[in-house]
Order: sequence, then C-alpha cells, then structure tokens
Amino acid sequence: MPLLSLAIWVPVAAALLVLAAGGDRNAPLQRAIALAGAVLGFVVTIPLYAGFETGVAGMQFVELRPWIEAFNVNYHLGVDGISVLFLLLNSFITILVVIAGWSVIESRVGQYYASFLMLSGVMNGVFSALDGVLFYVFFEATLIPMFIIIGVWGGPNRVYAAVKFFLYTLFGSLLMLVAVLYLYGKSGGSFAVLDWHKLPLSLAAQKWLFFGFLFAFAVKVPMWPVHTWLPDAHVEAPTGGSVVLAAIMLKLGAYGFVRFSLPILPDASRDLAWLMIALSLVAVVYIGLVALVQTDMKRLIAYSSVSHMGFVTLGFFVFNTWGVEGALVQMISHGFVSAALFLCVGVLYDRMHSRMITDYGGVVNTMPKFAALMMLFAMANSGLPATSGFVGEFMVIMGAMQKNFWLAFAAATTLVFGAAYTLWMYKRVMFGAVANARVAALKDLEPRETLVLGLLAVAVLFMGVYPLPFTEVMHASVDELLRHVAQPKL
Amino acid sequence: MLVLVNHLPVLPEVLLLLGACVLMIFDLYAKDEGRRASFALAQLILLACAAATLFILWVNGGRSLLLFDRSFLSDAMSGVLKLVAYGAVSAALAYSRRYLLDRGLLRGEFLTLLLFALLGMMVMISANSFLTLYLGLELLSLCLYALVALNRDSAASTEAAMKYFVLGALASGLLLYGISMIYGATGTLVISDIAARATSLAAESSSSRMLLVFGLVFLVSGLAFKLGLVPFHMWIPDVYQGASTAVTLVIGTAPKLAAFAMAMRLLVGGLPALSVDWQQMLAILAVLSMAIGNLTAIAQTNLKRMLAYSTIAHMGFMLLGLMSGVVGGNRLSAVDAYGAAMFYTIVYVLMSLGAFGVLLLLSRAGFECERLEDVKGLNRRDPWLAFLMLVLMFSMAGVPPTAGFYAKFAVLSAAVQAGQIAIAVTAVVFSLIGAFYYLRVVKLMYFDDPAQGVSAVGQRGGARLLLSANGLSLLLIGILPQTLMYVCLQAIQYSYAR
Repeated sequence: MPLLSLAIWVPVAAALLVLAAGGDRNAPLQRAIALAGAVLGFVVTIPLYAGFETGVAGMQFVELRPWIEAFNVNYHLGVDGISVLFLLLNSFITILVVIAGWSVIESRVGQYYASFLMLSGVMNGVFSALDGVLFYVFFEATLIPMFIIIGVWGGPNRVYAAVKFFLYTLFGSLLMLVAVLYLYGKSGGSFAVLDWHKLPLSLAAQKWLFFGFLFAFAVKVPMWPVHTWLPDAHVEAPTGGSVVLAAIMLKLGAYGFVRFSLPILPDASRDLAWLMIALSLVAVVYIGLVALVQTDMKRLIAYSSVSHMGFVTLGFFVFNTWGVEGALVQMISHGFVSAALFLCVGVLYDRMHSRMITDYGGVVNTMPKFAALMMLFAMANSGLPATSGFVGEFMVIMGAMQKNFWLAFAAATTLVFGAAYTLWMYKRVMFGAVANARVAALKDLEPRETLVLGLLAVAVLFMGVYPLPFTEVMHASVDELLRHVAQPKL
Repeated sequence: MLVLVNHLPVLPEVLLLLGACVLMIFDLYAKDEGRRASFALAQLILLACAAATLFILWVNGGRSLLLFDRSFLSDAMSGVLKLVAYGAVSAALAYSRRYLLDRGLLRGEFLTLLLFALLGMMVMISANSFLTLYLGLELLSLCLYALVALNRDSAASTEAAMKYFVLGALASGLLLYGISMIYGATGTLVISDIAARATSLAAESSSSRMLLVFGLVFLVSGLAFKLGLVPFHMWIPDVYQGASTAVTLVIGTAPKLAAFAMAMRLLVGGLPALSVDWQQMLAILAVLSMAIGNLTAIAQTNLKRMLAYSTIAHMGFMLLGLMSGVVGGNRLSAVDAYGAAMFYTIVYVLMSLGAFGVLLLLSRAGFECERLEDVKGLNRRDPWLAFLMLVLMFSMAGVPPTAGFYAKFAVLSAAVQAGQIAIAVTAVVFSLIGAFYYLRVVKLMYFDDPAQGVSAVGQRGGARLLLSANGLSLLLIGILPQTLMYVCLQAIQYSYAR
C-alpha cells in the first residue's frame, strides 16, 4: 500500500469531491464529504505510526517513481522518525478544523472546505517529500489555499494580511529555489535530498546555501525579525485558518531546518549556530515581552507562537539529543496547544465578534465548562508540568544547559514570560466581575465545540504525562542526524 | 512526382497559402453575418496544416531537411513550434468570434490577415537564410499592422497601428542593416554557411571579428524589438492597449514563437562563434526587461496594459535560457538551456492565450472588459472563469503546481548551471515583485464584491469549453510537465546538437 501517497492524495481527492458537489445549496452534503475525507485522511496515516520500525534511522514507507525525467526529478516519498509524527498531527488537526467550521462558515462552504483539505494533503507532501523539486512544489503549493482562506473568509483587513503573507513567504522560497538548483548542479544532476546529505561542499558554498535556505525557512517558522507577517495573518484569518497556520504551517519551516540545513550544510550550521541561537533567543525573550502588551487575544497568541517557535530553532542549533528531540516534541505540543488556544478564541469570537481582551471579563461565570478547558490550554502554553508544553521546553532547556549555563538561563525566562502573558490574558478574560451585558448572555460550549476542545485536551494531557510514544519514534533518526552533523563534509 | 516528394516539407505552408486564398474568395459569398462557415473553414485549414506537419515530422523522424537552395529548413524544432502556432491561432479564432461580431468587426479580412500572418510565422520558423527570415518577418508584421488598424473608427487603434508600423519599420531597418554587415563580412546569406565562416573569420583577425560584432548589435536590436525587450519595448503597451482585445490576443501569442525561432536561427544557428558577445547582450536585455516590465506593471490600471508589461518581463525571463547555452566555449548544457527557453515560450503562449481569452469571454456588446475593476468579484459572478483566471495568474507568477513554475524552474536551472547565479537571484527578486500584480487580480476576483451595475458572466458555448481546456492544460502541465519538456528537449536535440 502506498500509504504516503494516500496520506497526500486522499484529502486532495476529497477536496475535489467537495468542489464537485456544487454551490452553497448543497452545503450539508459538502460538509459531510469534507468530514469523511478528513477522517479517512487521518485513518490512512495511522498505519504509518503503527507500522513504523522504531529502531531504524533511515527512511521508511519509501515510494520512488520517475516524474520529470528531463531533470531527473522523482516522485520520491519517505518518512523517518523526524517527520512521521507531523503527518499524523496534520491529518488530526484537519479533522478538528472541519468540525470547528461546521456551523460557523455559511458562505462558499465548498470552497472553504476544499481549501483546507487541499492544504492538508499538500502539507503531508511537504513532510514526506525526499526530492528537492517535489519538496519545493509542495512547500509553495501551500501558499495558494492559505492565501484564499485568509483573503476570502478573513477579517476586515484581510487583503493586506493575505498579500503580505503570500509575498513574504514567496520571497523566502524563491531564494531556496536558487539554492536547490545550485545543489542540483553540484551533485551532478540529482535532486535527491538524501544524496545531498552526502555531498561534499566547501564552507563558503555551504554558507551561501545556508542563507538561501534560511530565508525560506525563517520566514515560515517565523524567526525574528521576519515574523511580522504572522500576527497580521493570524488576526485576519478565520479560526480554522489560524489553527492550521499555527499548528502545521509554522512547522514546515522548522522541519526544513532538520531536513535540509542541518544535514546538507553541517559545517555552515555549526559555524553559524551562534547567529541562529541569537535570533532564537531574541524571539524567545523579546517577542515574549511583546506578547505581554497585546490587547487582541489572537495577536497575543500569535506572538506567543513566535516565541515558542524560537524555542524550537534554539533546540535544533545546540546540536545534542536533548535539544533536537525537545524541539521536535515542542513542535508537536505547540501544534496541539496553539490550535486549542486559537479555537478557544474562535469560540468567544463566534459569540461576541470581538477579540479584544477589554471587551471580556468574568466569562467563567457564564461559561464554566469552557473556562475549565481553556485553563488547561493556558497552563500548557505556559509550560506547566504534566502538560505537553512542559516536556518540550524542559528538554530544550536541558539541551541548552549542556552547551552553556547562561544560554539555558536565557531560554528558561520563557517559563516566566509565557506564564505571565498567557495567564494574565486568561485572568482578564475569565475572572473578575461580569464585564457587560453581552458577556452575561454568553452560552456555554455546544457539543460540537466540546468535542473539538476535548480531543485536544486529551492529547495535551496524554503527551504531558506519557511522552514516550512520541519520543521513542524519534530516537534513531535524531541520533543519526546528530552523528551526521558532527562530521565535517568539506 | 519527384518534385512533389522533394518538396514535401513545405506542404503545410503550401496548404495554408492555398487555404487562405480559397478562404478569401469563399468569404465573399458568405451570407451569414456570423461567418460561421468561414470560421469553420479556417479551422479546417489549420487542422489540415497540423496533419501535414505531423506527417512530415513522422516521415523525417527528426532529421533536418534543407530546401530551395538551402534557404528553407524543416527540422524537429520547426515542426513543434508550428504545431503550437496552429493551436494558438485556432484558439484565437474560437475565442474572438463572438467578440468581433458584437463590435461589428467581424469581416473576412480578419481571417485572411490572420492566416497570412501565420504563414509569415511559419516561414520565419523554418528560415535558413537571412532572406527567408526577412520575408517571413515582413509578411507577419504587415498583417499585424493591418490587424491592429482593423477597428478603423477607433482613434486608439489607429494610433497604435501607426506607432507599431513606424517603430516596426525602424526595427526592420536595423535588422537589415545588421544583415548587410554580416553578409559583407561572410559573403553569404545562408545561415548554416554563416556559422562556419564566422567561426573562421572571428578566429582570423580582430578587425573582421569587430565587423561581425557590429552587425550582431543590429541583429540583436531588431530581434529585441520583435520580442519586445527593454529598451525596445515601447510599442508593446500602446499596441496591446490600443488594438481590440481579439487582435491583442493574436499579437501576444503565436508571434512570440516565431520570434523565439528567429532568435534561435540567428544567434544559435548563425553566430555561435560570437556567443560570448550576444550572451552578454541578452543578459543585459533580460535583466532590464524583467526589471522594467515587472515594476511598471504594478502601476497599471488597465488589464491589457498590465499584461503587456508582464509580456515584457516574461520575454526577459525566457532570455535567461537563451543566454545560458554556451559556458566558456562549452556547449554541454546547450540542449537543456535552449530547451528550457523553448518550453518557457510555449508555456507563455498558453498562459497569454488563456488570459486574453478570459477577457474576451467577459466582454460583451457594449461592455469592454479591460480595466482591473472589471474583474472585481468575478468569483461571485462566474466561479469557473474566476478559477481559470486564478490558475492563469498563479501560473504567470510561477507558483507551483502550475506550468509557469516549471517554465521558470527550467530557465533558472539553466542560468544557475551556467554559473549566472547573480542573474538568477535578480530574476527571482523581480519575479517576486511580479507576483504582486498577479495576486492583485486574484484579490479583485476573489476578495472583492462585484462593482455596481456589472453583472456580466462569461459566454457559454464552445469557446468556453476550449478556454477551460486551455486553463486546465496549465494545471496538467504543472503536475506532469515531463511530456512537454521532453518534446522541447528532443526538438532542440535533433535540430541543434547534431
């Protein structure tokens, strides 16, 4: 069974079916198809985890077919311990997004669901592509559906946000294209990423290439100082768009670092690690402070995402098992937590049509069930032990500690800032006296919303209490990666 | 009989010439205002030409044949380019019938001029002598001047035709001057002989090399005018905007194939000895075209004018392939580079056909779809056309998975392999700037509400079906680019890597 192909093309096929089901008159049918497609898309990724050989470092479930023979481009798919979990995460989040939009999206339902399903398939493609061109095509193809999602179903300033998002990310990826073409020439006409891992390159060439890839991935992650598109995009995007953006799309950039920058350019990576660590720390500390002063909940969570992703890049560039595995765990955990927080804001926004913290207060009195769930996610976001947020941050701090005490110290400030901005927001929105009549009239969670948030709550707690199922698949691949990075390939 | 067999490779040209003459007379007796019969006949002629070209390709099996004292060349590249040209003209006919009818411009002249223009292109594509080349070029240009002026009562059209004619004549003059100098140096007009003599001349003395380079400058100028490259691009925006959209569609598509062929014949076929010189010239033209084309397109409010500047930028991009064939006297990557340029040209023709086709289908009697506001909210009015336009715009911007991406990918790859990394990065930056105005069209169609009073939806019928096929073909090539790329590479391989 070509499981990876199924993971990519089942959602895409479902998207086409949804579009074929006609206009808004058939909205119920389109929703049903979308849900079926999303669930089926998740089901086909389960065997990827169940059948995964944990002791093997190399690629598994490999599919290799010629695609563009003129350029020696192959349809080459495969996953290792680093990437396999992201396919599951992506397909899981897609189900939640479909359910979350069930009764909220009323205009152009078919196009909405088709965009998300297509996005889901394409992102699975990014995580499993082992051919440079195939990766690039999937990486870029994510832009079109997201552009449409933000631009059509977004908030008042959506056009600005959509265009900014598109141009920022396109600029980064076009430079990556030049880097990919250069590697193609250097390797004697091969686009296979695994061949590039073994390709000897001079330090100067490695550094140029490193910056070529850095632009593409740094914009996607996003790293300070190219993060400014993210708050705009998040604020204007519809809830589902924010969820996918934060939970999966940001991971594409971080994943790029472990698949391309580190193994292909190990010497440049080691040489420029100081730069990456510095940028990461700025993101962790400075963006954490920026998040503290936000008045808009979505903007606050967006900045919190930048700060948390800073942790991920920090983990990658300390070059030890704790750091890299911690970063990967943090990516998955952030996928759950940020998705949950954006859904929580969506729940409030659907009722009040405001994201401003000052419009709320005392919500706990009218929505106790919701307040309890959001409490959990707020705690996870601030890195409380027994939630998933703690595991990744703890591991990365351990990794940083092995390298340098002060580095770990600076990174650990995130625990303070993260708790400060998240819990302060939570306090202002949830506690205190009921702020106004509209808050007093709020209704607690519907079963649909409870289901979505409940599923995420289970995931966050499970990962916090028992992270072994997540980390054990990574070990072999991460060790292999670190061994590879330690060897010079000049 | 033997004469016929010997001259088989010109069968498509002969068929087209005969067909166009028959059509001219046939149309005199056409009673129908809509001229359905004449259009059908024109399509039939194109079909016959296509069949003949395919047959010749099959019989020749990729060999190059020279006819008429070596002034006419039938090779794999000419066959492929002609086939695409038939397709482009055939689509132009289908898209524009309704449009011309609504404006009272549907006269027999349109058809005849169009077919003669096609004949001119075919002669250019197959030229192996400066004389044939010039003959084809003038036949094409004269037909196009007349087509631009087709809308006699419109001041804009007349002005555009006048400008086009004056500048075109100037460019022809430059080209002829260059030809005369090369002829003076080498003593022959046959392109394959020039290649051999120029090589020995250039090696012989620096003064004769100087003469050749002097002629080359004029040749490249004439060529740049025909392709619409900065700084010879001034006519493009005015002509694109001034001509009626149906004629713009014609000018913006198939002639680019002929101009590409002309560049290949003149530079790659005729003057490989001076490749260092013309590659430098092309590099400058390419960078300037991408810069001016993309930057100026942002400021346009007229869609046709915007597409005109986008054409300039695209032709600049195509040059990246042409200028990367020879690296330090080494022609190893020549097939890849020229094949990439050919692929780019063909994909560009498909995109341009589609984009102007959408404009034609959206225009109706009394309503001209040509300003940016005219596509506002198209997704609400006609989701399918909006989707096709979306594919076209993303393809022009070079976003995967569309054909435009592979076109850019192929030429960028050629440039990087040739060591022109700085130019490749420049190209990338300008294509990012270009993405902005393509995105604006998508934004207008999808994010904005329809303007008051405009409720136009596209026409139904055969033209719409063809346009759908046109748009989807870009998506298909985007997902499976192998076939077309293979065809282009093979064509160049057989024609130029003997």
